[in-house]
Amino acid sequence: MDFLRPASWEEALAAKAAHPAAVPLAGGTDVMVEINFDHRRPEHLLDLGRLGELRDWTVGERTVRLGACVPYAHIMEHLRGPLPGLALAAHTVASPQIRNRGGVGGNLGTASPAGDAHPALLAAGARVEAESVRGSRLIPIDAFYTGVKRNALAPDELIRAVHIEKAGGPQQFSKVGTRNAMVIAVCAFALALHPRSRTVRTGIGSAAPTPVRARDAEAFLTAALDEGGFWENGATLAPSLVKEFATLASAACAPIDDVRGTAAYRRHAVGVMARRQLGWVWDQYRGARRLEGAA
Amino acid sequence: MRVDLTVNGRRQYADDVWEGESLLYVLRERMGLPGSKNACEQGECGSCTVRLDGVPVCACLVAAGQAEGREVVTVEGLAQQARDRAGRDAGADDEAAALSPVQRAFVDAGAVQCGFCTPGLLVATDEMLERNPSPSDADIREALSGNLCRCTGYEKILDAVRLAAARRDEGATP
Repeated sequence: MDFLRPASWEEALAAKAAHPAAVPLAGGTDVMVEINFDHRRPEHLLDLGRLGELRDWTVGERTVRLGACVPYAHIMEHLRGPLPGLALAAHTVASPQIRNRGGVGGNLGTASPAGDAHPALLAAGARVEAESVRGSRLIPIDAFYTGVKRNALAPDELIRAVHIEKAGGPQQFSKVGTRNAMVIAVCAFALALHPRSRTVRTGIGSAAPTPVRARDAEAFLTAALDEGGFWENGATLAPSLVKEFATLASAACAPIDDVRGTAAYRRHAVGVMARRQLGWVWDQYRGARRLEGAA
Repeated sequence: MRVDLTVNGRRQYADDVWEGESLLYVLRERMGLPGSKNACEQGECGSCTVRLDGVPVCACLVAAGQAEGREVVTVEGLAQQARDRAGRDAGADDEAAALSPVQRAFVDAGAVQCGFCTPGLLVATDEMLERNPSPSDADIREALSGNLCRCTGYEKILDAVRLAAARRDEGATP
């Protein structure tokens, strides 16, 4: 095994081009487990830890450019305002020790259906900045997850950053597990209201081969909010509307039975989370409107 | 490969480190510091918690090469670190200084049963109190949520953390 320690981004890209099978090492919270358990013996480990720029972020006008190695602890602490859904998801990752190391780049690289960041990224809207010696491209998050632990990266590409839409409205994230820490999601759900575009987006984790959006649920709710003038009048949502949204969210799952839970349970739990989160975000939206009205 | 790092204030190096080796293995097997414990090897139990450039991490999930040139504090360094903080220059025979205040609180509160989880809990507690000298019970539970005790001695552990925090407060009051 070789331990490659690029001192610059260009060196990292050159190393990945020379050794496309090299395994990028960021926080190590996935890769080191596989090495410790002898599940993986890559010929090259590509340590990204020396590249300070990967731990930086920039809050722009419409998006946050989040470096691939910004640890979850920093997202929780510094980016709760522009990225509330991702900050909530970050807080559910494992433990403080893991959140000090792991970040979104690694979560995307591993592309586990149970990765905690994915539902929040899907709901907020994001693009993955992937780069190789051949050039740089932005991959829409919806096109990024291609299979169980598979993603759209080419073998010579590295994730440099993620461009995430800044929240224009309330966002929520929740996940089901046996305790509040150290839990791999049984299933997870995220919901984001986008008042500027009068749309809603969702993300489902651990209930399909890849992280997915509940597109029918989104389309239903977007249309219902529009038709009822809800964005303008801020009225209470009818229970039947909320229930239909939850049913459609549940139907977007394609789960399996495994050690963490049954498929039926996952479908049910995603529906419950969808119902609750719609209640929460709508209350937040109405509260913010009232404050605006008062001001 | 060779790995150079600062451990508990001392520059150290290890030779013939395998590229896939963890920082934990280097500390325990190559540097003679077996305080950090090796249990789950997957970041679940927290018994290998050390500070890497001040930040608590699971040493089992840090590749040794990633620790190159960086500063590590293990449970073996807590007493010295506490003396440095207090600006005290105590001799080894000074009983009060042989343990850090957090270690003393764990002893006094009976927070140690088999002791396997203790080093990780001490490092995590010490870091939390540095950041948050007056933690609520919720703060303590959150800060220690990545450290498992299979003797289920959590109540005494919580007592010990509260005791360490209270003693800090007393010490800080003139």
